[in-house]
Amino acid sequence: FYLTPPQVNSILKANEYSFKVPEFDGKNVSSVLGFDSNQLPANAPIEDRRSAATCLQTRGMLLGVFDGHAGCACAQAVSERLFYYIAVSLLPHETLLEIENAVESGRALLPILQWHKHPNDYFSKEASKLYFNSLRTYWQELIDLNSGETTDVKEALINAFKRLDNDISLEAQVGDPNSFLNYLVLRVAFSGATACVAHVDGVDLHIANTGDSRAMLGVQEEDGSWSAVNLSYDHNAQNEREVERVKMEHPKSEEKSLVKQDRLLGLLMPFRAFGDVKFKWSIELQKRVVESGPDQLNDNEYTKFIPPNYHTPPYLTAEPEVIHHKLRPQDKFLVLATDGLWETMHRQDVARIVGEYLTGVHHQQPIAVGGYKVTLGQMHGLLTERRARISSVFEDQNAATHLIRHAMGNNEFGTVDHERLSKMLSLPEELARMYRDDITIIVVQFNSHVIGACQNEE
Amino acid sequence: AAGMFLRLLSDVRWRAANPKWRKMTYSQRSTSSTAEPHPVSLPAQAQVVICGGGIMGTSVAYHLSKMGWKDIVLLEQGRLAAGTTRFCAGIVSTARHASIELKMADYSNKLYQQLEQETGVNTGYMRTGSISLAQTQDRLISLKRIASSLNVMGIPCEIITPKQVAQLHPLINIHDLVGAMYVPEDALVSSANVSLALATAASRNGVQIHERTSVSHVSIQKGRVTGVETDRGQIRCQYFVNCAGQWAYELGHSGEEPVNIPLHACEHFYLLTHPLKEPLASNIPTIVDPDGRIYIRNWQGGILSGGFEKNPKPLFTEGRNQLEIHNLQEDWDHFEPLLSALLRRMPDLEALQIMQLVNCPESFTPDMRCIMGESPTVQGYFVLAGMNSAGISYGGGAGKYLAEWMVNGYPSENVWPLDLKRFGTLQSSRTFLRHRVMEVMPLMCDLKVPRWDFQTGRQLRTSPLYDRLDAQGARWMEKHGFERVKYFVPPGKDLLDLDQSKTFYKPDWFDIVGSEVKCCKEAVCVIDMSSFTKFEISSTGDQALESLQYLFSNDLDVPVGHVVHTGMLNEKGGYENDCSIARLSKRSFFMISPTDQQVHCWAWLKNRLPDDSNLTMEDVTWKYTALNLIGPRAVDVLSELSYAPMTPEHFPSLFCKEMSVGYANGIRVMSITHTGEPGFMLYIPIEYALHVYNEVMNMGQKYGIRNAGYYALRSLRIEKFFAFWGQDLDAFTTPMECGREFQVKLEKGMQFVGQEALLEQKQNGVYKRFTMFILEDHDTDMDFWPWWGEPIFRNGRYVGKTTSSAYSYTLERHVCLGFVQHFDDKTGEELVVTTDFINQGEYEIDIAGQRFQAKAKLYPFSSLFTQRRRKDEEELSGYQRE
Repeated sequence: FYLTPPQVNSILKANEYSFKVPEFDGKNVSSVLGFDSNQLPANAPIEDRRSAATCLQTRGMLLGVFDGHAGCACAQAVSERLFYYIAVSLLPHETLLEIENAVESGRALLPILQWHKHPNDYFSKEASKLYFNSLRTYWQELIDLNSGETTDVKEALINAFKRLDNDISLEAQVGDPNSFLNYLVLRVAFSGATACVAHVDGVDLHIANTGDSRAMLGVQEEDGSWSAVNLSYDHNAQNEREVERVKMEHPKSEEKSLVKQDRLLGLLMPFRAFGDVKFKWSIELQKRVVESGPDQLNDNEYTKFIPPNYHTPPYLTAEPEVIHHKLRPQDKFLVLATDGLWETMHRQDVARIVGEYLTGVHHQQPIAVGGYKVTLGQMHGLLTERRARISSVFEDQNAATHLIRHAMGNNEFGTVDHERLSKMLSLPEELARMYRDDITIIVVQFNSHVIGACQNEE
Repeated sequence: AAGMFLRLLSDVRWRAANPKWRKMTYSQRSTSSTAEPHPVSLPAQAQVVICGGGIMGTSVAYHLSKMGWKDIVLLEQGRLAAGTTRFCAGIVSTARHASIELKMADYSNKLYQQLEQETGVNTGYMRTGSISLAQTQDRLISLKRIASSLNVMGIPCEIITPKQVAQLHPLINIHDLVGAMYVPEDALVSSANVSLALATAASRNGVQIHERTSVSHVSIQKGRVTGVETDRGQIRCQYFVNCAGQWAYELGHSGEEPVNIPLHACEHFYLLTHPLKEPLASNIPTIVDPDGRIYIRNWQGGILSGGFEKNPKPLFTEGRNQLEIHNLQEDWDHFEPLLSALLRRMPDLEALQIMQLVNCPESFTPDMRCIMGESPTVQGYFVLAGMNSAGISYGGGAGKYLAEWMVNGYPSENVWPLDLKRFGTLQSSRTFLRHRVMEVMPLMCDLKVPRWDFQTGRQLRTSPLYDRLDAQGARWMEKHGFERVKYFVPPGKDLLDLDQSKTFYKPDWFDIVGSEVKCCKEAVCVIDMSSFTKFEISSTGDQALESLQYLFSNDLDVPVGHVVHTGMLNEKGGYENDCSIARLSKRSFFMISPTDQQVHCWAWLKNRLPDDSNLTMEDVTWKYTALNLIGPRAVDVLSELSYAPMTPEHFPSLFCKEMSVGYANGIRVMSITHTGEPGFMLYIPIEYALHVYNEVMNMGQKYGIRNAGYYALRSLRIEKFFAFWGQDLDAFTTPMECGREFQVKLEKGMQFVGQEALLEQKQNGVYKRFTMFILEDHDTDMDFWPWWGEPIFRNGRYVGKTTSSAYSYTLERHVCLGFVQHFDDKTGEELVVTTDFINQGEYEIDIAGQRFQAKAKLYPFSSLFTQRRRKDEEELSGYQRE
């Protein structure tokens, strides 16, 4: 039994989304041309989330992938809330005041973000009031703190991550009179999520990463070939610096029990994450919250279970590592993806596949013979090759879909094998997670002309 | 680059023969208009103004001036021969499917051949011959059909083997070929130079030619052309000829009174190469490889090769678009399939160096035939355009026919298939044209099989019963934009895919249509025939009767409630239309004509009916749904539904009465079926259509009623020897020639159009005779089926062509209808065709080169159908009653 190519396509394309930055007067003034994103679930329901939005009160665009674990609640909450925290952190004092005044007097609020969402990307209606109140408290504090300094993006990102994680933790401790919300905030806090977020403003690209999702820059070399530049470090056991950091933060006596079987406390793969209060709260706090919490929480073995060798919490942080990169004309695209992709594909292959896809679609210039000496045979060879390239690329209108197709279907020769692809996609729900992880990909395409022009100005 | 290319392709050293209108050498061509410092001012008046200086405009000017019309002005917006004509590949090919196209191409070839001698302009004429290749057996059959037509026209042509192809052309890969057709007299020309030569000759004959003058619109008063407005002033004129090529549509719509010229441009690509190492001989035959969709000709020792791709690129949909014109670039990726076909056909060309890929827009029409003739709405407005990429092949002949049309009132051949009036406003939507030409252009290379239907631009005009019929398995064809049922696929039965059902042999619907025919013969069938053109003509006094008596050949002064079959004849007695007219009252008539007569018949009558406000004519086509109840039980169904006796005693043949059917009143019931079978036509006001249809079907159930389609109808009418206008009858056929003298009342007490010609024929006899042929040794299952256009041989000599054919389920034989002529054995002169001549011959019909014995008959088998095996001598009377 094999899926037909249209069946394969309908599976692959179910979650694809594309956004093109609109042009004004024939000019695209953003350094971002647009982005393609897609998700392929392995868990049911999928635990990955993605977000993309344009900042309306400051310049720049935010894009992020979030890999949830122990459920999707935390990833969902982070995907809804993080960008607001970042946007607020970036806002100048006057704008914050204006917003606060508007809320105070019940006037219409300045829009902060313009979201670019796939219809399947939802926001929780029930929690919006709760989330809003937490956010408002944050900006009120920012107003009170008024440092008078211009906001540093790196600092803003770090603050936003930490603040949101803090709010998640607090909301769970305080609880909510509404039993649905009460259960929700607890689920958010007890589950976890990594986050890899990009902020692009002109030539300034910041990547804030918490956990083991990854950001990778696609660079086109002068000879036209593609190479990959990492813009994030994985926070897991494979990262020696990260292991060092964790060990530094805890007494020497715990050194052996901190990382076991490449996991934090022998349990958690990522070394940084949102939520996961089991690795952050004291044992007493955990017990108190679980006991006073709703029955569902009490029945759950996982929440009741205290990690072994749990002596000096917190063991986990949501603080991101931020990398700043000045975009150059040769930087053609950025790939943000959860570990589901990176487990199956080397970043060099990712750079090549996306690079060839994007140039195939956008840079297949018409051929003109002009004054050159070309024979019919040469022309024929060239045209057949171009057609073959187009037909494989044309199946996908979305770079992220194209990448997933390769990740799932690549054979030993690096080409998509339909049989293999069909097998991977038709795995029954209960088996899928054994062969693959949730995959979420965002491919951001840069506008080299704008980047070149910005560079010249500077 | 285009400028350089122009000089290469049309290598002319030509000076204007008449220095009055052109004083520049060729090399100055690309410079600006300052090269022409003092343009000759336009005349204030001319008899004819021709717009367009391409092959069509110059050919019309040439022929008009030859026929003695001298007061002619030709206007060209740019330079002469600078549009599609300049770029066209210059292949003169007579291998055409339609006989009128074949005649035009043959004439063009002969004209171009002597043009250099006549004008002194080097036309680049080279007789190379052409080879059309067949990669499949079906293609070979198609070529054999053309070969049969060419041979009887006296154009040398033979079907050859792949080996012979290799001998004629050294570069061809013959491994995938099954055969080919060789036409040795086909030629190559420089199309621009042919056009310039025609212009030279015309200008010598007094035609004034003005370049860089564009027509903005045509002035019209009281339905007549009065002049043209140009960017250089006004010219008053009586005749205007629109030869504006791909701009003809726009020009037609530029005036206050739009003239619909349905054509649309598509990009067309061909490749030019440098010469081969061993340059091709200048007389190497042109290759046409329709299965590969390409043509290949010699071009200065290299090759010129283009084709008709499956995915054409239409352009200029929104009219003249400067941006698009400038963006007409080479599109190699688009050309790739054609290049692959070229290299497959001539693998040795791999190393040949490319010179250029030329993008030259061509205009295409909705039915792949060119557009010619006078506007139905504006008198004096003539059109010649839409050549479907065969402009150079048709140019000479088309120009001649149009000139004849203008000078004599009608061309010397039947050009109805090309007549502008075959189209109406319904074919003038830009969307329709864009979609349709995308289908038409690939068809240039597709197999032409019988009964092909266009797939685009459908479901435009439909009967109110469309959905009902469609749900019952109707398969549709289209006529004049109207959806008509071919046949009904019974539930549970599947037919072949569209592509597979294209065949020259027995089609997959054979049994389906057979059972519909059987039901018509034995029980009753209903056919939706709403597409028929319907006019009502009425007056306050006797004006309607008097006018119609003059315009129609039969006697219309019949009692109210009678239906008359009559021809609408021209001065020569030929059928302009064949119709049934019911006298509704003393002063009003209801006229039924073939579907595609809607524009032509309207224009014909409008131009001839007296301008009298008391006489009105209305097109009521859309107001009535027509159901044809055919079969012996139709009588029972209708009388049960109307509580009125419908037997012949009460409702004789050729009778018309308004009556109620079911709950619905005012249904016009006529005792005719257009097939010779018993039954009734019901003309139903459209809002009652569904009701009446449902009633008929419910009531008919116990009589075994079923739906039927036009294929059944055709089989019935052909086995009954019924001629149909547009297929068997045309403007060059008189009632005398098709055994319909009984539909003419020569002594009806007043003159009518065509009377003299008919009287003369009655006295002197006819020169062709409509004859019915029953194929004798034709195996329905195994042999190719006849279609139309098959040559007829009498005692081994060619005597005419078939006009239609069908399988007769009653005779269990194929029946072909066609015209027999009598050519003198020695001189070839046309002689009178007598009954004896018809009866005393041994006949054969040539289907794709294979001859089948046929029995000729001048009268139908009507008695045979009612009482089998009775002598069929005195059937004329039975036939008359229909």
